[in-house]
Amino acid sequence: MNPFSSGTRLRDMIRAIRACKTAAEERGVVRKECAAIRASISENDPDYRHRNLAKLMFIHMLGYPTHFGQMECLKLIASPGFPEKRIGYLGLMLLLDERQEVLMLVTNSIKQDLNHTNQYIVGLALCALGNICSAEMARDLAPEIERLLQFRDPNIRKKAALCSIRIIKKVPDLAENFVNPVAALLKEKHHGVLITGVQLCADLCKVSAEALEYFRKTCTDGLVKVLKDVANSPYAPEYDISGISDPFLHIRLLKVLRVLGQGDADASDSMNDILAQVATKTESNKNAGNAILYECVETIMNIEDNGGLRVLAINILGRFLSNRDNNIRYVALNMLMRAIAVDSKAVQRHRATILECVKDSDPSIRKRALDLVCLLVNETNVKPLTKELTEHLEVSDPEFKGDLTAKICSIVEKFSHEKIWYIDQMLKVLSEAGNYVKDEVWHALIVVITNASDLHGYAVRSLYRAVQKARDQETLFRVAVWCIGEYGEMLVNNFGRLDIEEPTTVTESDAVDVLETSIKIHSCDLTSQAMCLIALLKLSSRFPACSQRINNIIGQYKGSFVLELQQRATEFNSIIERHQNMRSSLAERMPVLDEATFSGRRAGSVPAAVSTSQGVSVNLPNGSAKLSTAHVADLLDLSLDDAPAPSSSGGEFLQDLLGVNLMPVSLQPGHIYCVLYESFRMLFLNYNSDPHIFSFSPYYWYLLTNANQAQKRGSDVLLDLLSIGTPPAQSSPSTPQVLSSNTDNRSPLDILDRLSTPSAPSAQVSSTGGNSSMLDLLNGLPSSPPTSEGNGPAHSSVTAFESSSLRLTFNISKQPGNPQMTLIDGSFTNKSQDVFTDFIFQAAVPKFLQLQLDPASGNSLPANGNGSITQKLRITNSQHGKKSLVMRIRISYKVNNKDVLEEGQVSNFPRDL
Amino acid sequence: MIHFVLLISRQGKVRLTKWYSPYSQKERTKVIRELSGMILTRGPKLCNFVEWRGYKVVYKRYASLYFCMCIDQEDNELEVLEIIHHFVEILDRYFGSVCELDLIFNFHKAYYILDELVIAGELQESSKKTVARLIAAQDSLVEAAKEEASSLSNIIAQATK
Repeated sequence: MNPFSSGTRLRDMIRAIRACKTAAEERGVVRKECAAIRASISENDPDYRHRNLAKLMFIHMLGYPTHFGQMECLKLIASPGFPEKRIGYLGLMLLLDERQEVLMLVTNSIKQDLNHTNQYIVGLALCALGNICSAEMARDLAPEIERLLQFRDPNIRKKAALCSIRIIKKVPDLAENFVNPVAALLKEKHHGVLITGVQLCADLCKVSAEALEYFRKTCTDGLVKVLKDVANSPYAPEYDISGISDPFLHIRLLKVLRVLGQGDADASDSMNDILAQVATKTESNKNAGNAILYECVETIMNIEDNGGLRVLAINILGRFLSNRDNNIRYVALNMLMRAIAVDSKAVQRHRATILECVKDSDPSIRKRALDLVCLLVNETNVKPLTKELTEHLEVSDPEFKGDLTAKICSIVEKFSHEKIWYIDQMLKVLSEAGNYVKDEVWHALIVVITNASDLHGYAVRSLYRAVQKARDQETLFRVAVWCIGEYGEMLVNNFGRLDIEEPTTVTESDAVDVLETSIKIHSCDLTSQAMCLIALLKLSSRFPACSQRINNIIGQYKGSFVLELQQRATEFNSIIERHQNMRSSLAERMPVLDEATFSGRRAGSVPAAVSTSQGVSVNLPNGSAKLSTAHVADLLDLSLDDAPAPSSSGGEFLQDLLGVNLMPVSLQPGHIYCVLYESFRMLFLNYNSDPHIFSFSPYYWYLLTNANQAQKRGSDVLLDLLSIGTPPAQSSPSTPQVLSSNTDNRSPLDILDRLSTPSAPSAQVSSTGGNSSMLDLLNGLPSSPPTSEGNGPAHSSVTAFESSSLRLTFNISKQPGNPQMTLIDGSFTNKSQDVFTDFIFQAAVPKFLQLQLDPASGNSLPANGNGSITQKLRITNSQHGKKSLVMRIRISYKVNNKDVLEEGQVSNFPRDL
Repeated sequence: MIHFVLLISRQGKVRLTKWYSPYSQKERTKVIRELSGMILTRGPKLCNFVEWRGYKVVYKRYASLYFCMCIDQEDNELEVLEIIHHFVEILDRYFGSVCELDLIFNFHKAYYILDELVIAGELQESSKKTVARLIAAQDSLVEAAKEEASSLSNIIAQATK
């Protein structure tokens, strides 16, 4: 009985798999086959090994796991017959790759086969080694390969040459061993050996400078001659491809000449003639000829300069570019990219053709052409090029618009010497493809507009017109809304109208119309709607006549199911109705946004604040998760570290803290708002790059400006304030949105609480209801104004932090002669029944302070106040006399193996420290 | 250098894969899925190159099969098209006007031919005749071994009758 005919044959298995109608059926067949193969493997039957592996390879190709067959490959390779070895090596190459450790087991078999008397078996081993050898195998087997480079049969020599390429790529140190044998290969006549030898020579030159030097000296002339011979050889049917003798050899020779000629004038000189011949004589009506010309052009561009040849090369590219074959045009664009460094003028001549390619129907060509156009842009041609590209935006495929807009924006940004031109171009882009631009792009546009103070009116009017035409472009709309909010009055009174502008008459109610209709159209996008509400608030102060109408529009969103909108609507509604006196200062114009910080931020520089942000996630469809209590508290803590410092310098210290140069300081509520606004923007923008967060801030700045004023004005404002926050919570406590808004409303209380009574544990407030927290707050506020304790002597003791379980006392002293330095002895007392272990105290101070923390006296704190941990702190105040100390602290410890974290702010330091 | 060779049918079935750079099994599946999505959807008149993850994939369609080769940015795309054609011509000569079914049922032979054409991602032989001769010589070695085995088993069968 024939052992090759029993069981299911390979052919039958393939048939069975092909007959399957569903994927599940196919899986079933494969599973059954795999089970049979496994059984056969475990029986260790050598007769079926061959067939099993063939089947496994097919199964592997279908994407099923076949690792259990790996050892079978090794067994087949180790068996003596050629058929077994052939399939074994094939399996090895298919089922394994160089990273599998099994491969190490095969090294010895390969070594034996490399020394086999049958040259076909040597060939199999070389092929496997060339395709999957690892660095270790390369080291072990390199001597064998070196020897085989001189084997009598040319077919083995060529395989050995390619194997050597793999070896020197894996272990470049081995390169020098191959230099001499390769020099011999380059003199051969057999095309296979020449092709592989030349390739190996080029690769050796890449990994070893010495090899390059050697080949350049000894082989350049020989290689030039080989190329001459091939180029001039008579018709040889064996190597002929569409009338050219062995284009593969041509190409490889041109490649190696490029390597040898690069950076060496003599070598370059010696190949000029043959390159000129190849460039002029090669037929260019077939792909093979063009492939050679393409390679030849690249070689000419890379070797040392020869003016005549370069002209020839550029002309070839010009011909390629006007070719009707897409492949040829593609490679022409590709080559022009590289040629631009050599001869940009020559490439510029083809600008019109390249620009046509941007409009091609083939995405590969479009992409190449677009990249090339971006390289071609310079001061003189930027305007026409941008015009062309933006015009093309109208008709281009949607999937190409993303790339195209990104490129246009980067060009416009790079060459924007005139802001008006920049604004115009960006408006065009946004009107055409506003839905495809990235957030950075429209953020940048806003920054530029705020900085161009003479163009505010122009920008807002252009945007107004643009948004009338292209209302569906989301980003255009956002920029327009932002500008209408900021510069709405310029829209109406045509302030700063430029001569080029066509006169428009926009009434106040027209401006409001835009927002009103849009906020409804854009009902899907929360960000745009939120921005609309802010803009409306601002307009209500700019256009007092429309105030009532705006209030009505805003009022409609008080019932919005989106928390963010509901909250804003409610707040703004209150501002418009009940706080006329404050409204205008609240709705003041944004300060000029700093371009440097903005671009710096985009470039990825992140201010120190990052570390404290805990997963700021703002881009939610529903705003409810956005501002958790803790989060806002955190945030405000951060930006208001020294809020209780003397309020006259409020603007300054915040700037200081944020490290941003904002504006000339003169303290008005609006400006504090701006500062906070900026701080929020920084915080959020950095993580989200989404300046719609801008608009979150009014709520908080509102609270905060009032908080700041509270010291001056007393608590009536605060009462007012609270009445804004609480009613919606009480009026309709049934819907979940409103409930969560209730918790949200507590956050400002929490903030205020922290501001005014830093020693109170925040948990207490956030766990109580709205009303009680209000009381809490009001109780807290007068009792501990931070300044009241500050009249003590220079040596004093304060309770810096107290919670239900822990008290921290600071004993403060001054070093004589060094007024800036404050010494603090911190002492921790445990008020609870349990011992605290792993006790760690951390502190942070604003920029103007320097803190040194000595090691603590211990890390475990006995219960019931029976002992304490002490720790020394040294603070240097660089603004001594102007600002007082302030500190954020964090204490972590374990109670009964549970981690506890307490945080707080210490701002009750005596003044003048 | 050629990083990998793929043969994909118009239906997206894989007919041959050869990897010259290390890709894990997972990556291989992903690569195949990604590329078949990109290549099979391209129109007939477009150029034969797609840019992919910083590499270029050169593909050409023959009847129902797409031959794809992934190469480096700086490699010669036009030459790779010639290599693909070279490979197809050798297959065609070997099978006698090759069709997809030949490559399905004799997939291992397609691999043997590819191994005579490309090693380590570099072209090995520019003569179709030489490749055909080498393959034929190895096939006859296999045939000889088979015959020997079957005659051996006949002898054993006769002896144990």
